[in-house]
Amino acid sequence: MSAPLIRLETRAISLPETNTDTDIIFPARFLLKIDRDGMDECLFRDRRVGPEGEALDHPFDDPALRDAQVLVAGPGFGCGSSREQAVWALVDWGIRVVIAPDFGDIFAGNAAKNGLLCVRLPADTCRTLAARADAGARFGVDLPARVLTVDGARVAGLDLSDAAVQAFGEGWDEIDVILNREIDEIRRFEDDHRARQPWLFA
Amino acid sequence: MTILPPERPRTLYAKLWDSHVVREREDGSTLLYVDRHLLHEVSTPQSFVALDRRGLRPHRPAANLAVPDHAVPTRGRDKPIADPMARAQTARLVENVDRHGIPFIPLSDARQGIVHVVGPEQGFTLPGITLACGDSHTSTHGAFGALAFGVGASECGIVMAAQALAQRRARTMVVRVEGTPGPGVTAKDLALALIAQLGANGAAGHAIEYQGAAIRALSMEARMTLCNMAIEAGARVALIAPDETTFAFLEGRPMAPKGPEWDAAVAYWRTLPSDEGALYDREVVLDAGKVAPFVTWGTSPEDAIAIDAAVPDPEAVADPARAGRLRKAIAYMGLEAGRPIAGTRIDTVFIGSCTNGRLADLRAAAQVVRGRSVAPGVRALVVPGSGLVKAQAEAEGLDLVFTEAGFEWREAGCSMCVAMNGDRLEPGQRSASTSNRNFEGRQGRGGRTHLLSPAMAAAAAVTGALTDVRTLEAMA
Repeated sequence: MSAPLIRLETRAISLPETNTDTDIIFPARFLLKIDRDGMDECLFRDRRVGPEGEALDHPFDDPALRDAQVLVAGPGFGCGSSREQAVWALVDWGIRVVIAPDFGDIFAGNAAKNGLLCVRLPADTCRTLAARADAGARFGVDLPARVLTVDGARVAGLDLSDAAVQAFGEGWDEIDVILNREIDEIRRFEDDHRARQPWLFA
Repeated sequence: MTILPPERPRTLYAKLWDSHVVREREDGSTLLYVDRHLLHEVSTPQSFVALDRRGLRPHRPAANLAVPDHAVPTRGRDKPIADPMARAQTARLVENVDRHGIPFIPLSDARQGIVHVVGPEQGFTLPGITLACGDSHTSTHGAFGALAFGVGASECGIVMAAQALAQRRARTMVVRVEGTPGPGVTAKDLALALIAQLGANGAAGHAIEYQGAAIRALSMEARMTLCNMAIEAGARVALIAPDETTFAFLEGRPMAPKGPEWDAAVAYWRTLPSDEGALYDREVVLDAGKVAPFVTWGTSPEDAIAIDAAVPDPEAVADPARAGRLRKAIAYMGLEAGRPIAGTRIDTVFIGSCTNGRLADLRAAAQVVRGRSVAPGVRALVVPGSGLVKAQAEAEGLDLVFTEAGFEWREAGCSMCVAMNGDRLEPGQRSASTSNRNFEGRQGRGGRTHLLSPAMAAAAAVTGALTDVRTLEAMA
């Protein structure tokens, strides 16, 4: 179960680069971990720590941004590998909302299952928001009201279904939703499917 | 079962989707039945934790097939895995599949290999099915007319527990590949040319269907290469309609249907191709006759150019954001703007991966290597996509062609494509690689990757530089 996400107001980190792939977000060598502990230490690791272990200048290490829960990113954020660790690491660090012109499809699917809200806004708007983030503005996200604010002023609506607002608000796990509410329909479908394509069940 | 009006022409994607709809949800998503699930050691440990924490068992164990591939060493298989984390992760997969009764191909098995090579090889992958795997290159299986897509660890757990996933229907994009590829031009070159045209996330939200005479003429291996790389254009799903080439590949495979069931299956599979007049949301045309051998210069698969072209010049790019990205990529790659890409010296060659680790790929590379030697100072690896590919290649003597030329001949696995198993570039090293991603650090921190076809990788190995394979063949 992910931590509930209803509303927040924090500073935002900007990473306006194009195509920030999940290898950048979470380098592959850390995928050997078999648990979910310490994910935040791997986040953007090779951008934050140099080859000799030296700290590099990176917004995720800026003490003034340590409480930021919003990330304003560039186009193609989370493209590439399907590794869910990219999402776990962002959430583990404290990010709950990513704003970008578009996302990798698999990343967006993983985000939804971990209480990380992906907000798609036009590229021009994202550039403006990145500049506001750099200037220290406070970003507000209110899921029940479906609104994104910057320094208290509305900048965009959030396209969220009632079910999505409820899922974020209550931190549901998709696996429980399916098993509690839909398993009978899955079994019915399966019986029909078996009759149509018996070779799949041999 | 939903019966749709027969007069409405449907795409292959629509037929696959419609035949797996369990339930339309109120929020616009669809609960989709998932026929099959491929597992490997890296993306599933946390999925099993999610199951075990709830006391869940797999809904249908036989719908799954597990094989270690990402973290496993490609030599010294007689010894325990040296890296303790890789050893623990591979051992964890064994424990998990044992406890849950999931069909498993162990590391010691002759059939072990990369999930996307093993699935088709075993006939686990079939037309008409939905298939999920915790790996973005699951689009590979779309070459068989299967709705196959990569998922994260949470979704791997859901598939095992419920045999279904909530998904949103994709928009459709038809890519018509016309014309005949010239000499030295392969499916990899078509894939790179298309990604350069669409952009690295340009097909996000779309399912691609490849059509056209050039596609019909491709082998299953080449079709898999093309579908494999669709995710590098952002498309989670790629499709090619099943045809006689597909059926001939699958017939007699261990897990493919047999006897009357085979006939019934083929009869069904023949109904899958898109109907004439079916509509797509986007249409893209690629003239295969105009595609040259391609190579990437930068840090995204979209940074692909013809081998006779030059590294782009950021000064000539109007958009400042794009110019900035180009500058950064050129700096990371240690290249010079405006210089021809051909002639760039490389020190490492990797032939393998789920993109280009199949028998046809090794044959294509061997054809270039035969009678030549790896250039001095170049480390060259061939990593077959599976143990069966390796055995077939050895039966044809390809291993000797490679080893006599100075290549290393390894055991099957993902190896230097994802660099999790010790096979990797050191900082500043430069590879010619048949894999799928040239991301920063993908093949090892500070490593520089040029993606290309197996024949082009072989040409780079024997010349020590990025080389137009067509000029090499003329010299031979």
